[in-house]
Amino acid sequence: MSTETIDLKTRLVTDFYAREAVMNGEAQSEFHQTKRQALGIFEDRGFPTPRNEEWKYSNVRDLISHQYQFAGEHAVTEEVIDSLRIANLTGNILYIVNGRFEEKLSTIVSPADQLQIKPLHEAIKERPELVSTYFGQLAKSESDSFTALNTAFAHDGVFIHVPAGKVVDHPVIIRFISDARAENVGSNPRNLFIVEQNAQVKIAESYRTIGEERSFTNTVTEIFVAESANVEYYKVQNEAEKAYHVGTTHVRIVDNSHFYSATVSLNGGFIRNNLNIELDGQHCEAFMYGLYFPDGKQHVDNHTLADHRKPNSYSNELYKGVLRDRSTGVFNGKIFVRQDAQKTNAYQSCKNVVLSPDATMNTKPQLEIYADDVKCSHGTTTGQLDEEALFYMRSRGISKNEAMTLLMYAFCEDVVSQIKIDAIREHLEGVITEKLTKK
Amino acid sequence: MLKINDLRASIEGKEILKGINLEVKPGEVHAIMGPNGSGKSTLASVLAGREEYEVTGGAVEFSGKDLLEMAPEVRAAEGIFLAFQYPVEIPGVTTINFLKTAVNEIRKYQGLDPLDAAQFLKMVREKAKMVNMNDSLLKRALNEGFSGGEKKRNEIFQMAVLEPKLAILDETDSGLDIDALRIVSEGVNKLRTPERATIVVTHYQRLLDYIVPDYVHVLYKGRIVKSGPKELALELEEKGYDWIKAEVEAETAQ
Repeated sequence: MSTETIDLKTRLVTDFYAREAVMNGEAQSEFHQTKRQALGIFEDRGFPTPRNEEWKYSNVRDLISHQYQFAGEHAVTEEVIDSLRIANLTGNILYIVNGRFEEKLSTIVSPADQLQIKPLHEAIKERPELVSTYFGQLAKSESDSFTALNTAFAHDGVFIHVPAGKVVDHPVIIRFISDARAENVGSNPRNLFIVEQNAQVKIAESYRTIGEERSFTNTVTEIFVAESANVEYYKVQNEAEKAYHVGTTHVRIVDNSHFYSATVSLNGGFIRNNLNIELDGQHCEAFMYGLYFPDGKQHVDNHTLADHRKPNSYSNELYKGVLRDRSTGVFNGKIFVRQDAQKTNAYQSCKNVVLSPDATMNTKPQLEIYADDVKCSHGTTTGQLDEEALFYMRSRGISKNEAMTLLMYAFCEDVVSQIKIDAIREHLEGVITEKLTKK
Repeated sequence: MLKINDLRASIEGKEILKGINLEVKPGEVHAIMGPNGSGKSTLASVLAGREEYEVTGGAVEFSGKDLLEMAPEVRAAEGIFLAFQYPVEIPGVTTINFLKTAVNEIRKYQGLDPLDAAQFLKMVREKAKMVNMNDSLLKRALNEGFSGGEKKRNEIFQMAVLEPKLAILDETDSGLDIDALRIVSEGVNKLRTPERATIVVTHYQRLLDYIVPDYVHVLYKGRIVKSGPKELALELEEKGYDWIKAEVEAETAQ
């Protein structure tokens, strides 16, 4: 019996206090007090268990049975970055390696009057008024242990501010790289995107792992979309078998604003995505697209929330999944229409193809409607490939494998085609084709 | 070309085909008629290789090879084409992409190089013109949102592109108005050659006004109970199927 093993939670809490002890006056800052409070919540609650309804089908037991080096050193060089580049992708490309914002590896092409990008810890010092107004407004430590953990260690991550009326021509691509070549690594990236009135921006988060050891990424992103602003937000996960990912994105949209998102999970050992959208204004629109494609023993869980708080808003959601081998998937989509939110239109659909008898998909649509004049619909389907379509294609000379590939590709393309950054869409089409022809 | 010998087939344990015998030679057009539930569509499906049906006896030889041993895609590559009664809608796959895959898989089977994009496009445009198919349909998802007539025309267009040795038209007239019926039939007739054989499965005689058969067979209760020249179809139109049924019942009673 080893007496040296301490659990992940204890280790994280100990780390926190050890760091606090060597801080100077900063420990007294308002921001640090927020973190300390978050740590208290995390310490109190610990990691969720399947007894928690929100985590019923996503057991983090394996995730927390390992230790990770947080914000450690890494040896990611320009050469390594080169090997990860996405063909033809241009724009503002930022690299966050093991949770650290690597300004030297990053490229910012948009002029500063259009777009401000900073590591979060710099923004805390340089734009304290903005950070204190928005930070933690949507991502509440009380509501979720992983958010509490992320908040307690919030330091690095990306701060984006798009001033009123600015249309950012070039997309912002944030590439989160876990360098797990030498050891198990962990990170708690914390992002804050503030898009002011009438501004427009496209932002993508892309997650990759390099190396064979374990990685644990716990990201929290808060996005504020002001009146008549327009935000496109993409999340692409192509991580390794031993990658654990918990990613939470909170969005608030207000009058006449427009939020458009696609979450594509191609690979990763354990993925939990939370996408919560507050529709806190009239005539605003939110689109949520999702695609997941687990194989082997991978697990992908998508929890989404469309929270309609004001009248006359619109949300539309389409998530699609292909499950192979012994993989498992979860979709939990909630539509919440508050009493004031009359004339809401809210639609949700989740479609799954389960290609193996050993794969499992759990879907749970939830509608909570407190207004009486609304249009809402939801539907989930889980099944096999359409046999009739397969036979039709085979009767034209297309082999069974090729027919399955074509059908699967078409199924995925429905979501992938929604991605409006060409280089990312083309990259995904390539990865999907490769994945489809692998087996 | 096609020799069917005492073919028996069942679905979910229920025998539908109870000993079919039929020989089709190159260039011939055979019509298979019969009342609902007689097994016409089952015969078409079994020939194309639909897997829900279990062949319980008999043999089918196609160009000297054992057809029943072949997967559906191999049958297609060997030259069998089934025009579906209910063409399937396949969202996300364009007609053009679907056909390009089909043509090149068949060419691969035949040991030929794939057609490049330009060659393929040229060939497809010619064939579309031949069957009066609007080019714009080619770029749309396969059959998705097509009208009944467009779907059937798309079947004949695919047949023109794939150039089969044996075309089987399964109730191609169902759901078509008279104009659509004429256009589809014209397409089929343009594709008639001295080498290509056609089996027309239909309930009604009217299709045979346009696609004139060499032989007419009546299928009833899983057997071909009567065969004759094209005039047999007219007789059936006039008298219905009851007299055939009566003849068969009388024979079985003896």
